[in-house]
Amino acid sequence: MTGPRGMAGAESAIRVEDLTVAYGEKPVLWDVDMAVPPGVLMAVIGPNGAGKTTLIKAIMGLVRPVAGYVSIFGKPYLSQRRLVGYVPQRNSVDWDFPTSVLDVVMMGRYGVLGWFGRPGRAERKAAMEALTKVGMADLAGRQISQLSGGQQQRVFLARALVQDARVYLMDEPFQGVDATTERAIVTLLKEMRSEGKTVLVVHHDLQTVPEYFDWVTLLNVRCVASGPVEKAFIDRNLRLTYGGRVSYLTHHAAEETFGHPEE
Amino acid sequence: MTAPQIEIQLIASAVAVSCALPGCFLILRRMAMMSDAISHSILVGIAVGFFLIRDLASPLLVLSAALTGVLTVSLVELLTRTKRVREDAAIGLIFPALFSIGVILISRYAGDVHLDVDAVLLGELAFAPFNRLVVLGVDIGPKGLYLMAGILLLNLLFILAFYKELKLATFDAGLAGALGFSPVAIHYGLMTIVSITAVGAFDAVGSVLVVALMIAPPATAYLITDRLSSLLAASSLIGVICAVSGYWVAHALDVSIAGSMASMTGVFFVATFLAAPDRGLVSIVLRRARQRVEFAQTMLLVHLYNHEGLPGVERENHMDHLGEHLRWEPDFAGRIVGAAERKGSISRDGALLLLTERGRETARQAMVM
Repeated sequence: MTGPRGMAGAESAIRVEDLTVAYGEKPVLWDVDMAVPPGVLMAVIGPNGAGKTTLIKAIMGLVRPVAGYVSIFGKPYLSQRRLVGYVPQRNSVDWDFPTSVLDVVMMGRYGVLGWFGRPGRAERKAAMEALTKVGMADLAGRQISQLSGGQQQRVFLARALVQDARVYLMDEPFQGVDATTERAIVTLLKEMRSEGKTVLVVHHDLQTVPEYFDWVTLLNVRCVASGPVEKAFIDRNLRLTYGGRVSYLTHHAAEETFGHPEE
Repeated sequence: MTAPQIEIQLIASAVAVSCALPGCFLILRRMAMMSDAISHSILVGIAVGFFLIRDLASPLLVLSAALTGVLTVSLVELLTRTKRVREDAAIGLIFPALFSIGVILISRYAGDVHLDVDAVLLGELAFAPFNRLVVLGVDIGPKGLYLMAGILLLNLLFILAFYKELKLATFDAGLAGALGFSPVAIHYGLMTIVSITAVGAFDAVGSVLVVALMIAPPATAYLITDRLSSLLAASSLIGVICAVSGYWVAHALDVSIAGSMASMTGVFFVATFLAAPDRGLVSIVLRRARQRVEFAQTMLLVHLYNHEGLPGVERENHMDHLGEHLRWEPDFAGRIVGAAERKGSISRDGALLLLTERGRETARQAMVM
């Protein structure tokens, strides 16, 4: 685990305090506390309906919490927007939308451009660089409906890269991608960490958690545990999160699969 | 062409483009039916506004009606958010309620003016040139033309100014929200534009046909474009073509201009649906047929390649054997062999089929893939 880089004290990249979110009367997140130090790759795991996507959305203020507080590097999200990059679930958008790969990636710059600002040569250049990084430069001009699932995910990652943020929130970037893309994404995530970025990833494959990530949050409406993988990713916590069905650590191979997307 | 004819076509074109521009975003946001709701429920706003202002072409009337449109959207969302009613049902509940209030108001209190139920449903473009705008005693053209031109300008400005925000909020509302572009504000901005456009177009083509002009040209353009900017441009152009051709069809057949214009949007949609390059039905059928012939040729070449130089080749690579081995009808086999021969992939020695060097190469490539 990397410590805070040259900052006074241990200021968290993301701090979540007493966060409670409810849809109607049903709580989706219940009194969640979590502090993510800068420069870590953190997996958020938990069963379907555990509130993983809601947690990401609440951090960005896209859903309104009933109670609690979120800060990014010590300040509310609203004033730290530029520091946060977002990769939504791939299937949350309409891939038949009439636009090109390059255009989607440039959307990552819109926040910096602000209202009325127009994307120009600088944005185009940044987008091309990001596409090169994810191995998609050849497809820059392609209509997005012609992309495969893995390519769609790479486009979303490139779009997050051009946001040039310090904190990244990614909702299931590994969902439905092939092995090549999965490796490419992992390489990219580790590269981001070595640049000091903090990355929070909603993840489903328990087996790859120790290999891909150094921090983990186990979530099931309540936050069961949050910390370095070697401390938090233990049998007892997993059992508390998944309800006794999991025998990951004792057998070192999950018999059951958990790779189902949240609705 | 006479001056009124030109004026009618100008108004019709302005209506068509004004409708097509926000219509593009409606179909991309899967909210096409919201145009139906808005175009009907604005009637209440028009009725109430008319009692207050007593002028059908007043900008204030447009405003009061547009507010009703936005009110409709809010009510639908409010009802949907209770989770007791789905969105489509909420639309079906709200707009007929508002529309019926409008119909009652008009039939009870405005029976003697131009505002009647027929006009509401169908509008009447043919009369538009009679209502002149006179400034300082000078006739400067029909009022309707100025109203629609103003709305067209407003729509153009709105879409130019917020092009990037509309695109982002339509494609990925989550990211738009995260970046600080309130998707709610953009949504209501667009709904306001749709409402204003519906009010303006309502006077010309009536509330039912507003829907046709908002949805059909963008849906048609969607079949032939793959960029948002070209979708907007193509829908506008298609809208104008529908408006002008609709006018002349109405002129030739002596029927309602609005009805004829809306019919043309349907005609153009069907024509494009069938004949669009790449994505049209005809080209899909042709492409499938072509692919079938190409695939069959490849199968033939691979078959010949696999048996070439082996014992039994005279039997396997014999014209008559294809039916048995590849399960081809004799007619189809003859066609495929003919096509492969023309392409220079095979040659014939009596009924024995021989691969050429080119055919061998094609077969090898097909097997690698």
